[in-house]
Amino acid sequence: MIQDKKAHKFGMVIDLDKCTGCGSCTVSCMAENNVPFKEDESDKKDSLTWMRVYKLTNGRPFPDTRTAYLPRPCQHCGGKGDHGHSPCVSVCPATATDYGYDTGIVSQIYTRCFGCRYCMAACPYHARYFNWWDPVWPEGMEKYLSPNVSPRMRGVVEKCSFCYHRYQLAREKAYYEGSDEIPEDAYQTACTTACPAGAIIFGDLNNPSHKVHQIVKPDPHPDPLNHDVVGKSRNPKVFRLLERLGTNPKVYYMSEHEWIRKLGDSYLDGEWDKVKNHHGSASHDG
Amino acid sequence: MKVDRRSFLGLGLGAVAGIAISPVGAKLTDDSSIWTQNWPWTPVPPDGKISHDQSVCTLCPGTCGISVRKIDSRPVKIEGEDTYPVNNGGACLHGIAGLQYLYDPCRVKTPLKKNNGRFEPISWQEALTLVAGRLGKIRENQGPDTLACITDTDLGSVPGLFSHFMTAFGSPNHVTMQTLESWLVQTAQTLHGSGRTLGFDLDNADFILSFGAGIIEGWGSPVACFKANSGRRQRGAKLYQIEPRLSNTAAKADRWIPIQPGTEADLAMAMCGILLQENLFDPEFAAGFRGGLNRFNAMVQQKYPVDQVAAVTGISAADIKKTAIAFAKAKMPVAVPGKGRGDGAQSLKEFAAIHTLNCLTGNINKKGGTFVKPVPGYLSFPDPVQDAVARKGAGKEKLAGSARELVTTIHQSDTPVVDTLFVYNANPCYSLNDPVKTRAAFDKIPFVVNFTSFMDETAMASDVILPISTFLERFEDVPSRAGLVRSVVGLARPVVDPVFDTRSPGDALILLAKTLGGTMADSFDWPDYKTCLKSLVPGIWKELSKNGHAVIAQGPPAGRVETNFAFLANNPPTMQPKGDANLTLVPIDNMRVATAVPASSPFAVKTVSDRVIKKKDMFVEINPKTANGLKDGGFVTVTTPAGSARVRLDFNEGIMPGVIGMVKGLGHGFDNKYVADKGVNVHELISPVIEPGSGLDAAFAVKASIAKA
Repeated sequence: MIQDKKAHKFGMVIDLDKCTGCGSCTVSCMAENNVPFKEDESDKKDSLTWMRVYKLTNGRPFPDTRTAYLPRPCQHCGGKGDHGHSPCVSVCPATATDYGYDTGIVSQIYTRCFGCRYCMAACPYHARYFNWWDPVWPEGMEKYLSPNVSPRMRGVVEKCSFCYHRYQLAREKAYYEGSDEIPEDAYQTACTTACPAGAIIFGDLNNPSHKVHQIVKPDPHPDPLNHDVVGKSRNPKVFRLLERLGTNPKVYYMSEHEWIRKLGDSYLDGEWDKVKNHHGSASHDG
Repeated sequence: MKVDRRSFLGLGLGAVAGIAISPVGAKLTDDSSIWTQNWPWTPVPPDGKISHDQSVCTLCPGTCGISVRKIDSRPVKIEGEDTYPVNNGGACLHGIAGLQYLYDPCRVKTPLKKNNGRFEPISWQEALTLVAGRLGKIRENQGPDTLACITDTDLGSVPGLFSHFMTAFGSPNHVTMQTLESWLVQTAQTLHGSGRTLGFDLDNADFILSFGAGIIEGWGSPVACFKANSGRRQRGAKLYQIEPRLSNTAAKADRWIPIQPGTEADLAMAMCGILLQENLFDPEFAAGFRGGLNRFNAMVQQKYPVDQVAAVTGISAADIKKTAIAFAKAKMPVAVPGKGRGDGAQSLKEFAAIHTLNCLTGNINKKGGTFVKPVPGYLSFPDPVQDAVARKGAGKEKLAGSARELVTTIHQSDTPVVDTLFVYNANPCYSLNDPVKTRAAFDKIPFVVNFTSFMDETAMASDVILPISTFLERFEDVPSRAGLVRSVVGLARPVVDPVFDTRSPGDALILLAKTLGGTMADSFDWPDYKTCLKSLVPGIWKELSKNGHAVIAQGPPAGRVETNFAFLANNPPTMQPKGDANLTLVPIDNMRVATAVPASSPFAVKTVSDRVIKKKDMFVEINPKTANGLKDGGFVTVTTPAGSARVRLDFNEGIMPGVIGMVKGLGHGFDNKYVADKGVNVHELISPVIEPGSGLDAAFAVKASIAKA
């Protein structure tokens, strides 16, 4: 077995001001990961979309309305204090989903899953999907399926894996070439490479030479206001979804617009004004 | 043996201990979990050697380079090609889902012949003999001009071969659909002379004034436009979007200026007037103005005074002035025409008026400006061999200038003007406005031959179907188009052997010509399409086959550009939508829904919002102010002069009061449960409006009323 010596923390930052809502990431993800489709996909509750694009609106009347899109992969939570106790991992009775301490990736092992769906209930991001039916491809179409990702069967939960098979391939290639370093561009998720707007940046949050680290500038110290929160961005434009829960997602979002950043959490009246200018611990400002 | 209490307990405890220690229980549980998931009907994709093939996507006018990942000979994933000079990496959702088209349930798998309304499979030989027989009779009857042909475009060698076929046969009646490129060519022809087209340097412009162009809705070459939009934000270049609804482009713009639908041309004329009045035009470039700039100036001052245009467009006079001046004072301004994707029904007056703004700023053929560039002429066709019949037929007057006009002519004439129609890569029975009448016109044509990969609406209205290989199964030259500044020719290459009994369209035509024999065979003296293509592009074949593309021109074109104002100086009328109801229904271009050929893939349909389509019902966007008394999500009947449809309401603050919008590209009527029979085809609700200056459909909208259903 190939062991990667360094502990990575793979993560993503999505520029919501660049995102056009075109859907390339969703389709690239489905094509890469053998995600099936059904006759009627308009019931979004049971539509399998590891990468789902939500539409946001500022809720103001014409002509001051503005909209934006928010692509939502699995957030690969580090859990409270970033100790690896992701909401889904901590409830799985079958160890079908696990936290990779070497990558920060939350895995999903389909053959171990017996479909209790505790993880779906625990996930605050609705990032997990249940296979209510066996996948069926129209005649002949199963020929395009990729051998890198096993097709799932009825009764199991599935979700975004940060294209873990691409990490495995990159790691094997690096090992074959005698290196223990995986270059930034050798491991990129399918949504990242597909995005025509260049809105998704993927890389190792622990590696200061990676773009994602440079944009996010993750705070190495716990948030002084909430010690469960680790890795808060010190970039005032960057935020995470439901950050105050302490789930510590590794997917960050970026926008210049305050109304978009405010939609990252459900704030009570007046709460937003208290937190909006707080970006990480004071000791690491600048 | 006597079983006493002691031995009974002993045995019992022994059994319990034995079962607990034995691996049988664990093994059975493990086995059952393995076997319950070891379902043979869940496919196990075979593993193999990974390779990547380079090709070009032809699904839309975007012409993006693609890289196809293969496992042995099996393509498994399409991604954008990083080194291709149009998209430079990245791909749109339709291209990425491209492999689904290979195995689409609607693929035509073998030649088909209609017999009493039903299609039956025939062999290629039978099909070619059948079509050649019909064509032979037409020539015998001295009427070769009764053969007509509709293709999506006239660019590239395949439409070129259709044209070649028509000329050799003796018919002038090769027409095309209305695409962004055809509108740009016509605009350039109107203002600068023929043989030219327009390109917009969105990558470098510092002020983009878009008149409803869906820059991130699929306008032009979508991936290139997405990239330009992202780059624009980094450069700090401004985008002003003038559009009746908050499209994604409008939402991303620095300013969104809502406008009454269909008044964009008037606005552009008024802005021209402001530029001329305020002396904000480029005197150097103005030296090349012809055809009465003074007359044009006098006309716009008289007919398009700002106050009057403010009332028509719903934009304040101060805003119009401010925007026009900001545009003129920018260093590298570009005004972009073409609502939505810029194809289908548009207006020549609107295109010309908007491009005149570019001409007045003088930012033409400069970095960050508008390029007036020659249509790339990289193809060298031999002269077709014509006999006397062909010469006579080809010299006749053209029946129509466009597919729209041809269909109308056929629909309106009592005698059959067209005996046989070829259709290639076009779906007029779906995508022309008022498809019911288009279908009726098709029923009047005795013999329709469709060169298609999919059983779409037009294929269903055809008599013989020649199944064509998809873009992944064949060679083709792919010239860039649709507003790109760079002229690139790409080479689409087969990444997989044809899945079904299909041929490339070029091969089908060559075989048909050979079956016809005589001068037709002489005109198509190539053994196959690949050899033919090689001989048609002698200058760039080496580069094409080596790099997969050839850059024909980049950078601003050299030489002076003359601008002729004659067309606009005559003040052509602004087209009005049909009907007199109180609402205006506009079609919406949605990036996730394909509007031309082929229709959307299952993956693309899966991404469509449940506020566009829910089960089989379609939503129509409406401002809550307009929907007095009606409920969000409630069912209504939309009625227009062309027809009516039952739809649901989507309350949307992002659409102008008085305007309702419906997404284009849905409501297909063919047999594909993943894609068709969802929603309504918006073209069924729109009556065409022919613009006198262009002879083309300019129905950007239609008047509509809604009532609770």
